[in-house]
Amino acid sequence: MSGHFKKKTKTKEDIPTASLPDIIFMLLIFFMVTTVLRETTVQVRTVLPKAEALTKIDQKRLVSYVYIGPRKLEGNRIGDTGVQIDDALVEDLGNVRDIMYRKLLEQPRLIVSLKVDETSEMGVVLDVQQELREAGTLRINYSSKRDIPS
Amino acid sequence: MAAMLNKKTRREAEIPTSSMADIAFLLLIFFLVTTTIDVDTGIGMVLPPKLEDDIEPPPIRERNVLKILVNEQGLVLVEDQPSAVQLIREEVRKHVLNYGADPRYAEEPGKALVSIKTARQTPYNAYVGVLDEVWMAYFEMWDSEARQLGFSDYAAYVTMLETTDGENEIRDKIKAAISIAEPDEA
Repeated sequence: MSGHFKKKTKTKEDIPTASLPDIIFMLLIFFMVTTVLRETTVQVRTVLPKAEALTKIDQKRLVSYVYIGPRKLEGNRIGDTGVQIDDALVEDLGNVRDIMYRKLLEQPRLIVSLKVDETSEMGVVLDVQQELREAGTLRINYSSKRDIPS
Repeated sequence: MAAMLNKKTRREAEIPTSSMADIAFLLLIFFLVTTTIDVDTGIGMVLPPKLEDDIEPPPIRERNVLKILVNEQGLVLVEDQPSAVQLIREEVRKHVLNYGADPRYAEEPGKALVSIKTARQTPYNAYVGVLDEVWMAYFEMWDSEARQLGFSDYAAYVTMLETTDGENEIRDKIKAAISIAEPDEA
C-alpha cells in the first residue's frame, strides 16, 4: 500500500496552463465579433441640430430610427428630401404607418428617434409625425447633439 | 569555448506562457471597456394620440395657451409679438409661474400650455431651437422646485424618487405641456 502512495506523490500536480491563453483569446475574439453593431447604411444626409435640453436614451433596444434628410447622390451631390427607416428609403409616406405599427407590435414600448437633417423643412417631419400618431407610436425623440459653446 | 557551447544547447528553449493568459485578459478587459456604444441623445416628446372623429378636443382657455409661431425664415412670434429665440425661455417661465397675476398669462402651472406652430417650410433647425428653449424653461423651473425641496437639482430629486418609488410631485405641479400645432393650409 505504501508503495502505491509513493507512486502518486511522484506525479505532476500542475494544471497545464499552455492552452489557457488560447481559451482567453477565443473569448476575446468571441466578444469582439458579437459586439459589432448592426450598422445601417444611411442613404440620406443627417446633420443633427444642436440643442441643450437633451435626454439620453439608455435602452437601445426600444429605439427605432427614422432618418429624414436630403438624399445622398453620387459624387457628393445631394438630392431632394427622403425618409429612411432601417435600410430602405420610404417612397410613399403612407407606408410609415404600417412599418411602425408592425414595430410597435414587436416592441410595445417603442421610442421612435427622428434623426432629421437640420436643413429639412418641417412639412416632412410633421407628415411623418402624423403617420406615427396613426400607428400609435407616440413616444418620439428629436435626435440632437449637445451644443458645445465655442 | 567548448564548455560554453555545451551549456547553451542544454538550456531549455521555452517561452514562459503562464503570463500569456494575463496579457489576453488585459486585452479582453480593454476591449470590453472601450467599446462603449454611443448613446442617442435628443429632445424627447410624446405625440398626442390619434383623435377620434366624434370626440371634440377638450376646451382650453385662451389665456392658458402661450402661442409660439415659427415662420419660414425661422423668425419667431410669441403671442403675436416678434421675439428673439433666447427670450422664449423667460417668456415660458413667466407664463407658467404666473398664478393668475397677469391676465395675458396662465391661471396656474397645472393648466399652462405652450403651443408651437410652424409653417411647412420652416427649417427644422429653427423648430428644434425653439423647442429646446421651451424645454430648458421647464428644466430650469423643475430645478428651482427641487432646490426648494432641499435637493441640489431636479436630477437628484428624480434619483431619490427611483429609490423610494414615490410620485413625481414636481412634474405633477409643473406639467410640461407642449403642443405641436398643425400648420395652416396655405
